[in-house]
Amino acid sequence: QVSAALKEGRVTPTELCQRCLSLIKSTKFLNAYITVAEETALKQAEESEKRYRTGQPLGVLDGIPVAVKDNFNTAGIETTCASNMLKGYISPYNATVVQKLLDRGAVLLGKTNLDEFAMGSGSTDGVFGPVRNPWSYSRQYKEKSVLKSQSEDEESNWVISGGSSGGSAAAVSSFTCFAALGSDTGGSTRNPAAHCGVVGLKPTYGLISRHGLIPLVNSMDVPGILTRCVDDAAVVLGSLAGHDPKDSTTIQDNFKPFELPNLTDISKLSIGIPKEYNAPGLSSEILALWSRAADLFKNAGAKVIEVSLPHTRYSIVCYHVLCTAEVASNMARFDGLEYGHRSNMNKSTESMYAATRREGFNDVVRGRILSGNYFLLKQNYENYFIKAQKVRRLIANDFVKVFQSGVEILLTPTTLSDAAPYMEFIKEDNRTRSTQDDILTQAANMAGLPAINVPTALSERGLPIGLQFIGRSFQEKQLLSVAKWFEKQVKFPVIQLEEVKRHDHDVFQHQKSASFS
Amino acid sequence: WVPVVGLEIHAQISSNSKLFSGSQVQFAAPPNSLVSFFDASLPGTLPVLNRRCVEAAVMTGLALNCSINKKSLFDRKHYFYADLPAGYQITQQRVPIAVNGSLSYSLCIDSKMSQMVTKTVRIKQIQLEQDSGKSLHDDTRSQTLVDLNRAGVGLMEVVMEPDMCCGEEAAAAVRELQLILQTLGSSQAVMAEGQLRVDANVSVHHPGEPYGVRTEVKNINSIRFLAKAVDYEIQRQIEELENGGTILNETRAFDSKLGCTVPMRDKEGKQDYRFMPEPNLPPLILYDTKSLPANMNHQQVVNIDWIRERLPDLPRVKRAKLVERYGILPEHSFTLLNEDGLSEFFENVVKQTQMKPKKVIGWILNDLLSYLKQHSLTVKESPVSSFLLADLLNLLEKKEISPTAAKQVLGELWKGEGKTPLEIVKEKKLELIHDQKELEQICQAVIDGQENEVMAIKAGNLKVLNKLIGLVQRKTQGRSNPVLVKQLLEKKLSE
Repeated sequence: QVSAALKEGRVTPTELCQRCLSLIKSTKFLNAYITVAEETALKQAEESEKRYRTGQPLGVLDGIPVAVKDNFNTAGIETTCASNMLKGYISPYNATVVQKLLDRGAVLLGKTNLDEFAMGSGSTDGVFGPVRNPWSYSRQYKEKSVLKSQSEDEESNWVISGGSSGGSAAAVSSFTCFAALGSDTGGSTRNPAAHCGVVGLKPTYGLISRHGLIPLVNSMDVPGILTRCVDDAAVVLGSLAGHDPKDSTTIQDNFKPFELPNLTDISKLSIGIPKEYNAPGLSSEILALWSRAADLFKNAGAKVIEVSLPHTRYSIVCYHVLCTAEVASNMARFDGLEYGHRSNMNKSTESMYAATRREGFNDVVRGRILSGNYFLLKQNYENYFIKAQKVRRLIANDFVKVFQSGVEILLTPTTLSDAAPYMEFIKEDNRTRSTQDDILTQAANMAGLPAINVPTALSERGLPIGLQFIGRSFQEKQLLSVAKWFEKQVKFPVIQLEEVKRHDHDVFQHQKSASFS
Repeated sequence: WVPVVGLEIHAQISSNSKLFSGSQVQFAAPPNSLVSFFDASLPGTLPVLNRRCVEAAVMTGLALNCSINKKSLFDRKHYFYADLPAGYQITQQRVPIAVNGSLSYSLCIDSKMSQMVTKTVRIKQIQLEQDSGKSLHDDTRSQTLVDLNRAGVGLMEVVMEPDMCCGEEAAAAVRELQLILQTLGSSQAVMAEGQLRVDANVSVHHPGEPYGVRTEVKNINSIRFLAKAVDYEIQRQIEELENGGTILNETRAFDSKLGCTVPMRDKEGKQDYRFMPEPNLPPLILYDTKSLPANMNHQQVVNIDWIRERLPDLPRVKRAKLVERYGILPEHSFTLLNEDGLSEFFENVVKQTQMKPKKVIGWILNDLLSYLKQHSLTVKESPVSSFLLADLLNLLEKKEISPTAAKQVLGELWKGEGKTPLEIVKEKKLELIHDQKELEQICQAVIDGQENEVMAIKAGNLKVLNKLIGLVQRKTQGRSNPVLVKQLLEKKLSE
């Protein structure tokens, strides 16, 4: 709708950009942004305005303010990965996905906060501090929370945004941008999407270029898309997907952007409910919601059946081995020699390396590097890495078998519970948290399948709960169509934030959910 | 004692750009001027395989009789060093691009190059991998200077099994490999420019016993030094063992000044390289005409058969053709191919002269080549072109000058003053005397002046005839045809 508004001139790109920038300032306490690129954003908005005035906008995305997770390279704008290792690092090139957005006229507002190097499920372990879930400050949450005193609530009761793309999710959720890029390796886009009540899409591995995305696990990473509605996600997907000669793991086939149909008849649809996703620790609330969702489909005429993905419970352990091994390898380049932080230690090259890496990386990163190197040792390689690869094949085959049997979409919860208060969350360490939280999202990364979080309802505490749809490889059109249908049915409420209200404008006011398509 | 020598050879691929990135490949460019984002290991960059490098490796594999693996894989080999920006090298450890080949090379049995014997060494495998950058240690300022121009350049590692037994064999094998690579164009293989690097694995054992501990010898900068280094190391090991010592499995460097090997500072030691599959590169799939899918974009595909059909004649074949076509000796063909441009020069001369190739070859190998060697010139730099030489040889063939005169003319031609052979002949008055009468007169004069010799000849000592011929030559200042002179003298003496 905002796109239409831009086209009709009801609002200009510059106004839009300024409003978002100002909202970012008022919501600074969320700590969603690491860098705000005010000058360049306004310039881009100006350029966009010129194009609209001459009646030649570049497309639907022209003039739309977007944010990008700080592990994507952006030329001229700091890229830190929320790490001391890359503080002050200004990349000379744009990630392919960033370039594509800019080429279509999107306005890049800034880089969003994350767990350091995307390792984590809370966006709490970056050097710039944790991201606060905007819903912590929503009327819906405040009404439901036990009041001790005004200030105590806000300061000690705020909940996490989920991770590792928490900043991007919070940015979209708090209306400071219309779309954001995240990354998804074990659920890092879908998890924060669920906690922040936004749509989080993990595309099929190989559909969107990873060139310029600073890698966590090269064989599982994908750029993720966060928006306020499914239609918007489809639009962004359409502008990003396709072969990139700079990324040899992207598919060669031509990608055709699609328009999402408005499904009315889902009677031919076959939905699978994997029983293993009733995982230990799953809140009864979410279990019930999941069940109601299944009924929703059943009542609309779809075929809903229980299926089994027997190797699901091994995915976390398998992920640990493969992820840490790749991390150990990918982080080897951070030696302080060519770029990034360099320690003052200069007794020898090796001591400089060691000091640089100790100073530059946090405990989580260092822990994973050590584990990964252990698994890659000659004497361990067979027992750990090779075994994990085999288990990965089994996990992927689970999905193949289920999809071959006629099931088209899987319906599962996205998270075990609604967002935890920060003070609770940090009681356990990063590894434990990741182990717990990734269980519902990780397998899709193992198998390279597309998956999407759709915000479904508010919990008893007034916080968002989302449900996940997993589709077949490269069947994003079908996946998103089903997600869109579901979104329409559940009518997830709009967040009621003071700050957003203050910046209210006609454009936002009368919309049920502010979207741009 | 049985010495055992194996070789690990790194050949830099001759290509415009690097193995996984688009930056240029060039020797001796300003430091860090040929470095792409990927080469500098900037975060977020990804490798993209260079097609030309794959083709070079396939060509080389085919030329070395290898099986080309239709599916090969890339791996990461991890170690920390200043000239390895990513902290790992992309190589092919699990499944290389080519395996199980062989290389035939020839050795002279004696020093006169008159008898050659052919040997074969098995090629274990050929793998594609990245070259590292260069690091220069500045000890005075306690710093290391790193130049990444070479980082990421494509290499073919050719592994030769330990089928060789001495420095001479190793040198001959490498020389033949060098010629093959240069003929294919897959590598320029110039050792002095670092395009061909050889490490030798050396061990000794008693016949019948298992192989001894081997050492690796590095820092060998020429084929000559390779032979020296290998032979030195063999000797060193034998002496060590005979004195009751043991051989350590270590890396040694060849010191060309001292002519010996010394232990290297344990740079890598018993390192665990933590090999891991390279996740950003799918398996490399090669096709042949049978397996090529119909609707495949041929730009994305490497067809082994297509490459095989276009292989140029390998040195072995070229030599055989030279011997067959021109009737020269096998040893000659080796020398012709051993010198860059010499065989082309030879063939050009043959084309332009009536002199038989078997005679031309003598002029090429004895006169031309020795002159070039004396003055450290390459064939390309020769002041005497094939045209000039052919011209000269034609004069000789037409018997307008004697062989001695021809050598004189050649001596003049080297000066490169632009004169033709004919001009020099005229200038120096070197033409053969064709006037039969004049010759007869001179012969007669000689006979008249050498009574004793004449008597000796008439008495049956025919060798003395040569002296008379020599005298005639002197009298004519080399301008008489010795064959004709001999005939005339014989005729006169028998009268």
